Amino acid sequence: MEAISHAGTCLGILANDGILLAAEKRNVNKLLDESSLSEKIYKLNEDMVCSVAGITSDANVLTNELRVIAQRYLLQYGEAIPCEQLVSWLCDIKQAYTQYGGKRPFGVSILYMGWDKHYGYQLYQSDPSGNYSGWKATCIGHNSAAAVSSLKSDYKEGEMLLKDALPLAVKVLSKTLDTAKLTSDKVEMATLTRENGKTVTRILPVSEIETLIAAYEKSEAEAQALKKEKQKS
Amino acid sequence: MSDHVVMGVVGAPGDTVQFAEYIAKNIQLYKMRNGYHLSPSSAAHYTRHNLAEYLRSPNAYNVNLLMAGYDKEAGGELFYMDYLASMHKVKYGTHGYGGLLILGIFDQHYRPDMTVEEAYEVVKMAVAEVHKRLIINLPVFSVQVITADGVKELKHITVDSNAISK
Repeated sequence: MEAISHAGTCLGILANDGILLAAEKRNVNKLLDESSLSEKIYKLNEDMVCSVAGITSDANVLTNELRVIAQRYLLQYGEAIPCEQLVSWLCDIKQAYTQYGGKRPFGVSILYMGWDKHYGYQLYQSDPSGNYSGWKATCIGHNSAAAVSSLKSDYKEGEMLLKDALPLAVKVLSKTLDTAKLTSDKVEMATLTRENGKTVTRILPVSEIETLIAAYEKSEAEAQALKKEKQKS
Repeated sequence: MSDHVVMGVVGAPGDTVQFAEYIAKNIQLYKMRNGYHLSPSSAAHYTRHNLAEYLRSPNAYNVNLLMAGYDKEAGGELFYMDYLASMHKVKYGTHGYGGLLILGIFDQHYRPDMTVEEAYEVVKMAVAEVHKRLIINLPVFSVQVITADGVKELKHITVDSNAISK
């Protein structure tokens, strides 16, 4: 639990026409070989994507387990696993590590976004103890409590669209950041939508994230200027 | 099996009952655990998976089966499966000795746009054929139809009710 409160922030927002995940990358170094575009957001199967906060090595074990569970279900039932079942199966494993002796729990919280035919778009969160819950917008990792309250005030119940959710994610993420400025190499974003009866998952390219950040900074500067104007008068 | 899935099984007498019950209870268990039913297609996949696992064990189930169901998105579906755990989604299918006689009738009279009444008439013709030509006496055939509203039992087809067989 302690490790997670220091880990890079992950947030998810459920919209009417899709879901998005955003994650803050902590170990940014120009010497780091960027062979993989994404380090904190993982695709689990055709219909699900997750992002992790906590001990990275533990997270790798868990994402591997998630993929195995998803494929096992696909083999047995010939269709993709319903989202909640996948979360529930993994949480059974997480819970077991808190109960049996000689083992330490997985120091990982996970955000899952997915789609299934039963409940449509879904966003789940799970913690090291094996508890999980469904959310409309939530956050894990560093400063997550502040981010959740910020999401709470800006989330428009029932009228969120993905295009509104993207700027909101950037806004909340930049507020939770220690460093003053949010840069595109510190953020990863992914969206999940349904197109022509198929789930489409997309990791946003750096250029798009830069556009979002630029738009946010512009609106922030405008708000700042407006404030100053008011104070003068 | 469930509200919208029905299975017909033929094979070794003990095996049919035991396997069918095992699958039916597991489909019920799935609903209790998850709060929603297994779709006909996933129920069929699940059954085939089990049959295939048992096939490779010392105590394989000697059963052939047909599984039918209605799904909101996919509509009516029928799956043919044999004891070697091969499965195929079909428009019509038969099992057993008499099934060989029937297949030709289905082939001739099947249309994709058939109504339930028309299909019932074809089944009646098929049963008449079994009554006429099969050396084994199978007097009564139970007929069920699965729609969006669930499973409904239609009138049994018997030797007497079948005018054609006389």
